Parts: sequence; structure tokens; C-alpha cells
Amino acid sequence: MALSVDPGVWLAAFLTLCIFSFLYKDNLFYRIAEHLVVGVSAGYWLVILIRQTLVPYFVIPLFRERNWNVIPGPLGLFLLVIAAFLGILIFTRFSTRYSWLARIPIAIIWGIGAGFVIPLSLQTKVIRQLQASIIDLKTVGTWDGFNSLLVVIGVLSGLTYFFFSKAHKGAVGSVAKVGIWTLMIGFGATFGFTAMARISLLIGRMDFLLRDWLGIIK
Amino acid sequence: MLRSWLYLGPLLFALSLPRGAYGQTLTAADTPNDHGKSITLSWTNPGPGTHVDQFNLFRSISSIGPFESTAVLKGEAHEYVDACEDLTNGTPYYYKIIARIESGDFEYPVAGPVVPEGQWFHTGKTVVLVFAVAFSFLVLLMIQRAREGRELYVRPIAGIDAVDEAIGRATEMGRPILFIPGISEASEVATIAAFTILGRVAQRTAEYQTRLVVPNVYATVMIIAQEVVKSAYLNAGRPDAYDEKDIFYVTSEQFPFTAAVNGLMLREKPATNFYLGKFYAESLILAETGFQAGSMQIAGTDELTQIPFFVAACDYTLMGEELYAASAYLSKDPLQLGTLKGQDIAKLIIVLVLLLGIIATTFGSDIVTKLLSIRL
Repeated sequence: MALSVDPGVWLAAFLTLCIFSFLYKDNLFYRIAEHLVVGVSAGYWLVILIRQTLVPYFVIPLFRERNWNVIPGPLGLFLLVIAAFLGILIFTRFSTRYSWLARIPIAIIWGIGAGFVIPLSLQTKVIRQLQASIIDLKTVGTWDGFNSLLVVIGVLSGLTYFFFSKAHKGAVGSVAKVGIWTLMIGFGATFGFTAMARISLLIGRMDFLLRDWLGIIK
Repeated sequence: MLRSWLYLGPLLFALSLPRGAYGQTLTAADTPNDHGKSITLSWTNPGPGTHVDQFNLFRSISSIGPFESTAVLKGEAHEYVDACEDLTNGTPYYYKIIARIESGDFEYPVAGPVVPEGQWFHTGKTVVLVFAVAFSFLVLLMIQRAREGRELYVRPIAGIDAVDEAIGRATEMGRPILFIPGISEASEVATIAAFTILGRVAQRTAEYQTRLVVPNVYATVMIIAQEVVKSAYLNAGRPDAYDEKDIFYVTSEQFPFTAAVNGLMLREKPATNFYLGKFYAESLILAETGFQAGSMQIAGTDELTQIPFFVAACDYTLMGEELYAASAYLSKDPLQLGTLKGQDIAKLIIVLVLLLGIIATTFGSDIVTKLLSIRL
């Protein structure tokens, strides 16, 4: 392997080093890379939104196919126009007189978001977890059973910690203390796990610099 | 040779009977709990012990055809879900199957008509509805109590008490406050909670005449943040001090946003950083840069994997639901206090169900586990 002759690789390597220079201190090169990445990403998102949302979900069904396959017929097209109108209302933010109209689509976004998230959260984060935590106490003599018991203790003490209607004093305080210890042990494990993942990201960048750019490693 | 006879025996028996007379059945029914455009087929073997090489499935909109091929399945198959966008809800369909066996083809009687339809309610998720209704009832009940003026106690949370201290510090130092309402959409619960705390912080910064900077990932979040801060400045009697340019959109990409905020921290040197809302991989990068810039930092997120980083790098961290509690605690709003209380009662119910489930399972009953089961 030899030093890369690809200008794209050189540019990527230069920008990587610019970002890495932040480890020393804020400097001109970091600022160049920072402004470049912010500008490029904002432009990139604009194009993505146009190509992946506006065109396939609005322009094509309304102007080319004249049919919305989710709700075929005139009703579907009418709903599309309503949705587009609500989207346009966001731009009333630029008017001092009509800026209040922007609250309507935002209220709809909030409402739909809550309606979508609440049943999903109940299903995945409450009921399924609850069901999985139900154990047979006769099995606690085995390692698997003992591990399950630890999970149950963690769940009960964790829930006690997040009980806000009672001060953490007396018995409640003691159980809550077990809860916070359980949480901290869990956080420690997560920290270590994620730190390893970050190191792999660093290895990926170093691999790019040493292999693709400098050609030092094969 | 003997093997061929073994196969042929039951086959000849089956073929000697009129179609379907042996009891070979093909049933077709609308697939339950879906948005329609799907029909479930099931069938029995052509004869006792008959080896089938493959099944050819055909569909038509008339009982007499013409039938078009929809699928070719292995001989072991006895069920198939015909789900495709070509099916129209409300239209009757007919199905037939031809089993390819060693000596030829065996045709099942035509099944149908069957009409694909979408269902409004997913019966497999009834338990979710029960929980949602029960929790909603509890929350509404507690909101009503809060509105009646009943005293609802919320235990002190360390991170909340530090909010005023953090704002005071910024005022004394004459440096701005940086508030990041997460990097998620406005409809996210954590972002909504962050807005309430932002309102409280903004009111204090208006009173103390301290600059408040709020960079945003989403334009919708920025609009709401501007509304929240503007209202807070109005409430504090300082509408003139409100500067819309301090609540701005950066970019919708995670790491470019992080790079921009990092630069902002080192250049503006905010006295206090608030990271409240939904955060992901950028949490440690932000908190570490804030620490290097010498800022006091208060964080809060319900994103479990990011809490450890905030705990390690920030002065105070609101963990998970503490973020929502902080929102209620600060606002003293009956709506939020009632919601928090309702959630507390829901937690008690969850603990009781869990204990009940453990006792029942230990004594050999799976009734609680079955009641909690969800069919997707």
C-alpha cells in the first residue's frame, strides 16, 4: 500500500485531522471543519426531506399519479392537500400577525406523536417487561433463577426510587437506596459497553488515516 | 418399489374418492388484526400419509376462474398468508390448491368467497388498552384532585434545587446560559418535559437579565422553544429582553450539531449548561466539552444508555422519570402534578401485579402471565 492519490481521501483525512485538533484546543482548522459539516449537513437534510418526503408523499401522488395509494380516490387527494396546507402554516412564523397559526400543525404533531408513543411504550416498556419479570420462586436455587430474582429485586427497588409521592426515609428510603445502587451498577456496565463502542469508532478513523490515506498498514 | 406402493396406496384411495370426499379441506379466512389486504389459507393433507412434493396456490375473483398462481410452497406447508397490495379490501376472492404428488396432481375443492378487510381494533392488544384506560383514568382523577386545590406532595429532587443556583451563578459571572432541549422531535415526551423546565429557566434569566442561548436540532423544536421563552419573558415583565436570535436552528444531523455546540461552548464560555431532553451518542461529547469549558452542568434524559455519561460528567443529573417529575415540581401546574401522581399510583399497581404474578407462578398458576400476554 502507498500514499493515497485520491483527492477525496486527502480531503477526508484533512477534515478528520481538523476535527481531531479540537483535542488540543479550539482553533481555526476545527472551526473550518465545524462550519463545513454544519452547512453540508443542513443542505443534505434539505435535499433528503425534498427527495424522500415531499416528492414521494406529496408531489408524485398529487400531481403525477393523482391518487394517494393509502386512501385511494378524491378523499385521499383532499387529505393530502389538507396536510400540505398544515405544512405551509409552519411558515406563518415569519409573519408577526399570523405567527399563531403555526401552533396548529405543531399541536397536531404533538397529538399524533403522543397517540403513537403511549400504546407502544405501554406495550414494550411496561407490559412486556412486567411479564418477563414474573418468575417462579422455586427456581431461585439455580443460577438462572437467582439471576431472575436479582432482576425482580432491581425492578422493585428501582420503582421505589422513582416513586415521587413519598420522601426517601425509613423503609422506603432503604429500598430506594438499593434501587439507586442497582441503577448505578447498570449505568457502570452501560458506560463500559459504550466506551468500547466509541473506541471501535476511533479505531475506524485511525484505520482510515493509516490504511486508506497514508498506506502504512495493509 | 415397496416404497412407491406405500405412497400410492393412500393416494389411490384418495383419488378414488370425489374431490374433497376424503376430508381434504382448504379453508380461507380474512387474516385477523391487520389493515386488510391479507387472507390466511390452511389445508389438510390430500390423504393419510401421502407425500406431497409441493403445493401450488391459485387465486381468483370468481369461483369458476380463471385462477392465477399466487404461490408455490413446499410439501410440508399447511398454512399460507396471502398478503399483497394487489388484494383489494372488500372484494371477494376464491382459492384453490393443487398438491403435486408422486403420481400426478390432486386438486382441492375451491375455497371462498373470502373478503379481506382491515380491523379497527387489534384483539391481541386488549391488555394494552386496559392498561392505557386504567392509567388514563388514574391520571385524570389525580389532575382533578390537583385542580380542586389538594396538596400533592412531590419529594425533593437534588437536580431541581440546583436550577436556581445555576442561573444565579451565570448572573454573577456575567456569562450566558446554554440550554439544549435534546436532539429529538418535539413530540418526544422528554422534549416536552424539557420545554417546561426551559420556561422556568427563561423566566429566571429574564428576571436576572442573563442571556439564554438555545441551539436546536429540529425547526419545530426551535419554534416551540421560541414560544416558551417568549412567554416566559412576557410573564417576567421583560419582553424587551427577549432575543429570538438566541434560540436558533443549527442542523438536523446529530454530530454536526454536536460539533457546532462544542465550538459554541468554547467560544461563548457559558456559565451553566442545561442538557434536558432526549440525547444519544453526543451526550458525553457535549458534557465533556462543557466540563472543559468550566461550566456548571445540569442534565436530564430518559435515554437509559446516556444517563451514565451525564452522571460521570455533569454536576447534577435527572435520571429518567426525574426529568418529568422536575417539570411538574417546577411548574406546580395541576395538570403535571396530577399526571405525576397518577404515574406513582400506576407504579404501585405494577408492583402489585408483579408480586401477584410471582406468587401465582410459584404456586403453579400462569393466569397473570396469560392475562399480560400480547399477540402481535
